[in-house]
Amino acid sequence: MLGHYDKPLPSDDPDARPFWQRAREHRLAVQRCDACGDRHFPPGPICPACLSDRQSWEDVSGRATLLSWVLFHRAYWVSFRDDVPYDACLVQLEEGPILISNFAGGIPDGVRAGMPLKVVFDDVAPELTLPRFAPA
Amino acid sequence: MTNPLHALKNQIAVVGVGNTAYGSFPDVSDYGLGAQAFRSAIEDCGLDKNQIDGLVCCRVPYYARMGEILGLDPRWTLQMPPHGRMSGISIVEAALALQTGAANYVALIYANIGRSRRVNYGGEDSAAFWDPWGFTSPGAAHAMMFRMHMERYGTTTRQLAEVSVAFRRHAMLQPDAVMKSPMTIDDHEASRPIVEPLRLFDYCLINDGAVCLILTTAERARDLRKPPVLISGFGARDAFRRSAIPNFDPDFWYAETRDAGAQAYAMAGVGPSDIDALMCYDNFSPTVLFSLEGLGFCEQGEAGAFVEGGTLQLGGKLPTNTDGGHLSNSYMQGWALNVEAVRQLRGECGDRQVPDCEIVQYVATAPCTRSIIYTRG
Repeated sequence: MLGHYDKPLPSDDPDARPFWQRAREHRLAVQRCDACGDRHFPPGPICPACLSDRQSWEDVSGRATLLSWVLFHRAYWVSFRDDVPYDACLVQLEEGPILISNFAGGIPDGVRAGMPLKVVFDDVAPELTLPRFAPA
Repeated sequence: MTNPLHALKNQIAVVGVGNTAYGSFPDVSDYGLGAQAFRSAIEDCGLDKNQIDGLVCCRVPYYARMGEILGLDPRWTLQMPPHGRMSGISIVEAALALQTGAANYVALIYANIGRSRRVNYGGEDSAAFWDPWGFTSPGAAHAMMFRMHMERYGTTTRQLAEVSVAFRRHAMLQPDAVMKSPMTIDDHEASRPIVEPLRLFDYCLINDGAVCLILTTAERARDLRKPPVLISGFGARDAFRRSAIPNFDPDFWYAETRDAGAQAYAMAGVGPSDIDALMCYDNFSPTVLFSLEGLGFCEQGEAGAFVEGGTLQLGGKLPTNTDGGHLSNSYMQGWALNVEAVRQLRGECGDRQVPDCEIVQYVATAPCTRSIIYTRG
């Protein structure tokens, strides 16, 4: 099993490569438009607010608020069969964008919408780091 | 200021409806099911099939093959993607084509063979950005929304169960329905979790089947077999800015449903209190709660309390999905609900007939929200 990672990998979306590269460096980053300052995620080829293609990647604080969470009892991929039930959460970054992730270390005790979270970097494979979230 | 769309009020009619049996049919193609539904709808309205000059295909793989099989050469054709939100869109587009004269008689055909061919709604069948975290499937997106509704408003899963229980009761009165065994709130609560907080009975069925509707102008409708059912109002609003998480909206498409509903009500000249029956897209049970709030049947956040005590059941305040819906009748992605609206207004529904049914509303709350108000012609 050494080094074998069979869970789904990020799709090879050119716009998203900088996100995954930064994640490997344990940096959480979102796209920010150089023209109007709009922050957006997941990344896209142009700014959805002003259509500028001048966009940069900006490291964010890693501080977030919990919006929602679910518990998967069904494995939609064979590679998740040994993981069920596993969680997914929806968080809002302090900087605005909303993203799906997992709790680092399972659903926290006393979980509630609005609880403060902080990013934790999980090196799940040599080439893949997943930003996950733990109670702040 | 007059809305030019209001000129379409009562100008377009549904004149023919048809559906196949619902279930698992591994030996029939989607074209075969579509052809059966088309023949049934043609029989229903008494039209010569060669008069069909408009064709909409949804989830049918290839419109030209469908036309070949039916022996049609339309002058207006649309191929729609296999999404539930496309049923309302298709009917509105067909109404616009009929009004402009781009077509005189439009057949809309939907066919689904997802059950017998084991279609999965998640995982490798629908790759998305969030896959590496294991987040996938429309059901998970709705579970995420329902958890938000629970946290924000105190809605409970026992309140949610009212939706599934009401539609199951209706399915038991409906000969074509897939699910016929009784269901209680406790049964719902005991059903196996899929993506919590949602359980099996919060999920729509996946089954094979096909549906066909035939639309024409109200004027042409007078010469056909059945009393016409008129399209009295419709409304539309899409929400793509927040599409990053598929099938998800952090505010439950409240503003979109409110706006689509308001357009439909204004065009038809009615309001929520005039609706005799609601046909509500129920891919997952929470969608029904979101729809009720958006349309203004109750205040935002109060749908859980609103549905308690059988509100949505026949005999209740707002009979909803009287055919059993996607949860218990058939996964025809909105199409069968529009057929049920027509049958209720014609008075063809037997044991599940809503008495004195004059105004029926269809709604699909989704990234493309549509609502249609049908009345007796």
